[in-house]
Amino acid sequence: MPTKTDTKPEGSTPTREAEPLSIIGKPLMKVDAMAKVVGETMFADDLALPRMLFCKIKRSPHPHARIVKVDTSKAEALPGVVAVLVGAELPIPFGILPVSQDEHALSIDKARFVGDPVAAVAAVDEETAEAALEHIDVDYEVLQSIMTIEEALAKDSEPIHTGELHRGEGSVNGNVHKAVSLEFGDLEEGFAEADVVREDTFFFQGNTHLPMEQHSALASCGADGKMTLWSSTQTPHYVHRAMAKVLEMPPSMVRVIACPNGGGFGGKSDPFNHEIVVAKLAQKTRRPVKVTLTREEVFYCHRGRHPVKMWVKSGIKKDGSITAMHFRSFLDGGAFGSYGIASLYYTGALQTVTYKIPRYKFEGLRVFTNKPPCGPKRGHGTVQPRFAIECHLDKLAEQIKKSPLDVRLDKVIEPFSITANQLRVRTVGLKECLERVAERSEFRNKHGKLPKGRGIGLASSSYLTGAGLPIYWNKLPHSGVQLQLDRGGGVTAFCGSTDIGQGSDSVLAYVVAEELGVEVQDVHVVTADTHLTPVDLGSYSSRVTLMTGNAAIEAARRLKPLLLDQAAEKLQVPVERLAMAHRKIFDRDHPDVSMEFAEAVVLAEARHGTLGSTGSYTPPRSPGRYKGAGVGPSATYSFSACALELEVDPETGMVTIHKIWIAHDVGKSINPLLAIGQIEGSVYMGLGEVLMEEQVFRKGVHKIPSMLDYKSPTFVDMPPVESILIETLDPQGPYGAKECGQGPLLPVIPAVAIAVYDALGVRIDESPVTPDKIVSALEGRLRAVTVPEYDWPPPVDVPPMREESSS
Amino acid sequence: MMRLPPFRYLAPKSAQEAAKMLADHAADEAMPVAGGTDLYPNMKRRQFTPRVLVGLSRVENSRGVSGSSNDGITIGGMTTLTRVEQNELLQTHYPAITTAAALVSAPVLRNMGTLGGNLCIDTRCNYYNQSYEWRKSINFCMKKDGEICWVAPSSKRCWAVSSSDTAPVFIALDAECTLVGPDGERRVPVKSLYEHDGIDFLKKKREEILTEIHVPKVNGRRATYLKLRRRDSIDFPILGVAAAIETAKDGTVEKARIVLTAVESAPVEADKAEAVLVGKKLTEDAIEEAASIAYRPAKPLDNTDLTNAYRKKMARVYVARALRELMRAEP
Ligand SMILES: Cc1cc2nc3c(=O)[nH]c(=O)nc-3n(C[C@H](O)[C@H](O)[C@H](O)COP(=O)(O)OP(=O)(O)OC[C@H]3O[C@@H](n4cnc5c(N)ncnc54)[C@H](O)[C@@H]3O)c2cc1C
Ligand code: SF4
Repeated sequence: MPTKTDTKPEGSTPTREAEPLSIIGKPLMKVDAMAKVVGETMFADDLALPRMLFCKIKRSPHPHARIVKVDTSKAEALPGVVAVLVGAELPIPFGILPVSQDEHALSIDKARFVGDPVAAVAAVDEETAEAALEHIDVDYEVLQSIMTIEEALAKDSEPIHTGELHRGEGSVNGNVHKAVSLEFGDLEEGFAEADVVREDTFFFQGNTHLPMEQHSALASCGADGKMTLWSSTQTPHYVHRAMAKVLEMPPSMVRVIACPNGGGFGGKSDPFNHEIVVAKLAQKTRRPVKVTLTREEVFYCHRGRHPVKMWVKSGIKKDGSITAMHFRSFLDGGAFGSYGIASLYYTGALQTVTYKIPRYKFEGLRVFTNKPPCGPKRGHGTVQPRFAIECHLDKLAEQIKKSPLDVRLDKVIEPFSITANQLRVRTVGLKECLERVAERSEFRNKHGKLPKGRGIGLASSSYLTGAGLPIYWNKLPHSGVQLQLDRGGGVTAFCGSTDIGQGSDSVLAYVVAEELGVEVQDVHVVTADTHLTPVDLGSYSSRVTLMTGNAAIEAARRLKPLLLDQAAEKLQVPVERLAMAHRKIFDRDHPDVSMEFAEAVVLAEARHGTLGSTGSYTPPRSPGRYKGAGVGPSATYSFSACALELEVDPETGMVTIHKIWIAHDVGKSINPLLAIGQIEGSVYMGLGEVLMEEQVFRKGVHKIPSMLDYKSPTFVDMPPVESILIETLDPQGPYGAKECGQGPLLPVIPAVAIAVYDALGVRIDESPVTPDKIVSALEGRLRAVTVPEYDWPPPVDVPPMREESSS
Repeated sequence: MMRLPPFRYLAPKSAQEAAKMLADHAADEAMPVAGGTDLYPNMKRRQFTPRVLVGLSRVENSRGVSGSSNDGITIGGMTTLTRVEQNELLQTHYPAITTAAALVSAPVLRNMGTLGGNLCIDTRCNYYNQSYEWRKSINFCMKKDGEICWVAPSSKRCWAVSSSDTAPVFIALDAECTLVGPDGERRVPVKSLYEHDGIDFLKKKREEILTEIHVPKVNGRRATYLKLRRRDSIDFPILGVAAAIETAKDGTVEKARIVLTAVESAPVEADKAEAVLVGKKLTEDAIEEAASIAYRPAKPLDNTDLTNAYRKKMARVYVARALRELMRAEP
């Protein structure tokens, strides 16, 4: 069974022995491709119900202000306005993490950023709702705003939160949401052993997800009191929990349906205030209520990449081995907790999961500021430190006069090993990734040898294939799949997983079709509906292919014997010789001895009654037992390496990327076309982050909340990409598969900064690497990144590891 | 962004009729609209809320390119940028015009956007090109609904940026345009259309319709246009340099035009740098000398993309590059 933990590579049989795969590994079309292409897909905003009302949300114009009074009387009196809602009507706080339930659907006491919702209107049309907002009078007492990490640490103004709604050790001290300290091994001893010890500082600017689809939600409350919410969410299960809590309804009375998402990238993974607002308005008015955010409001929803200042100190020997690493990160969290505690730990978690780092220390803190809350964006919390580590390593390599390729190759972590911070690693394809991109890009011939203005950069990275732990503590499966067979030979697969464009519906269909030997179009996928589908935790942390895939395999393999038994009897062939593919059950030795899959279903149903089964998946337990060990573990890790060649105009600082070579250890590609799509999408997003994207503020307000002014590459800016899939057949993954939706983003960002150095000899240690910074650096006027002083807490106790890692 | 506010749409058949319709309404009541690619987004953000739009798309004889390189050419104000960009006569004899047109925004917008509209687009500022709610949160600014200029708080005028890609080229080519009012028409140099004021940036009367652009005969004039922007599509210029020269047979510069855009509320002509070039041959030294003073009239402020110091520095680089291009194109 693929759900068992293997600690050794031997004996792992991720696929049926010698059975050729008929669907897995083939470049098939996505199951929803046609509907998307012709415009039939129903996104949340496409939905309309009879008597539906439209909701608009009034937002704070101040970054930090006490709400003194909200007067809605004028708005309520307007013709066409059906209901107005204020914060006091939804007093129960919520948030994605149990330790930071610090959000209200509508602010009650204070507004904490420009865009923080304070009231909402439901009206007969959008224009009326919009106009009504102008008639809601809010009295504010403006407070001093806190817009930077330094201001947050200064403690000279009213803190943004009191800490009442935050739990957990070290939580909320002034504006410090949390400070953590972890130490593994004797760092000083490590630095003493090193030939070179080097410190560097970096800054990674905040940026946002920019999904094509703006968030939208529609709520309807039936005469039976049951609530249904359709929403563009990546995490219907977590939204379901938050809705039940805030609306004080039994969870069984609430149904959340995630519509197909027009992109998410982490920006639709929190339960959102607008979802709860429309639900409450639907209750209040007994009419369906819909809200669709404007693009500007999506910038305020945010939950995007944290701006992070970083400091790193490493010791390295002349031979290139690292003796110790000390890493500090300072996260600018914005106004609420969101996933922030997890983001914080992630900025220190995966440093060790690429190269051997025997001793490691991490200190990090997250502060609150009066800006839209930051949270998870593709590569959650690991993108910023990866930028720092790879650039830092490039400098170290130069200092010890070793090729940056060899420095990396020499210290790639061992497969099936445990890192200094107690993460269990399984297959590791990183060496091959590095070798392949180096070979394809001719890195050795080019690095340091290209004409001035032209440069090549190389970087590598790793990422989780699904978080090892759920967001709230429980011992339940992370993903469940239920199958139902129909007499016509169709299979319906029910699963809570949510397709955000990454293709999870397709993967579910491919796996079920492969296992039961039917065609992909025979599988009807019903997903992301909390009434109809077993729980899947959601589309985040690159977890779905591995977890849903394994759950689907388990469900299918429970059904299979019922069908095979009937076939064996009918065909008079021993069960062991039977195989299933392309709607047939046949004798492996005499393939013409066969019967239709549908016929076997009919026979089995006659024998056993209605046919169905369930399967579920829980990732293996991680060996770490220290406080904070919950963030970082994964069933297995993916690896990526990227090389890219670019040209920088030394006069203008304009960067032109000529070509990108990227290799990704995907374990096994369930569908190479989808895997490459994810890689190319990651490259695109990475280039946007490193070259232009920045979520910046001026006078307390988002400076550029529009798709014209928030610069993100257009497709003419996209260079050619050569994607290389490396398959390491991981024992944890379905058919050996690992993630590919987030990891490939990581190495692209540092590779650009490193290539700019190769081209012009200037280090840009902060993102984005913009033309004006390059020109300033060439003139010697780019200031180094500074990090604040902080009195760190002592490191937490690290108890011995768990002996047995199986769950 | 909000949806479009409601308005009445009038569809006159002639420019004069359009001008009359505009004159019949008070200043804030009515506006002309051509492709709408500039105006409609602004209306959605409530920079403008006209109750009446006078659509120019039905105006007869307002499209197309006529004339020749020997006599000069006339381009109809309602000609779309795509048509301008694809016109063979222009491509052959006035490549700077087609280059500039092709650099405007993106193909879909160029299919709708017109040349007349491009010459009349609103000035831009990232305190101003924002939604109503956003602007309200900073208490608005002088250009719309507010009192002060956030870019230059002590300034009496608005510094929103002239952002047309084609205007500097037409100025560099000494082009003129025809403006049609309710009682007749007049012809003025394109250069005189603009004012150094982010609010009242057009010197024409509000009811006047720009119907034609006239470009003089080529007469050996070589011109080019370079645009600075972050992305290779969609973005407005954050600096544009149009340069044109006419040379004697021996290569001595007789006339020079260097026009910068997106660094002020109107296109700016670097006349001192032009004077430096006249009477000289276009050598690397002359180019450097001209570039070193050409960028001075550029006054970029912190109201568009990238830093103002950078944009100012780039003005010099781009002027030199534009002149070098002309040097290389020597007949
Ligand atoms: C995303 C985006 C990117 C853009 N990028 C660029 C760019 O890179 N460079 C650039 O130059 N422009 C850019 N534009 C602006 C615009 O698309 C073009 O300038 C276009 O040519 C405007 O023409 P139009 O016909 O659509 O003008 P409209 O929107 O119809 O009109 C613009 C203004 O001119 C007035 N007007 C229009 N026609 C006439 C006329 N004949 N006589 C008198 N007044 C008139 C209107 O009342 C209005 O005030 C961009 C726009 C968008 C939305
Ligand atoms: S330049 Fe000043 S007045 Fe003009 S739009 Fe910008 S902020 Fe407003």
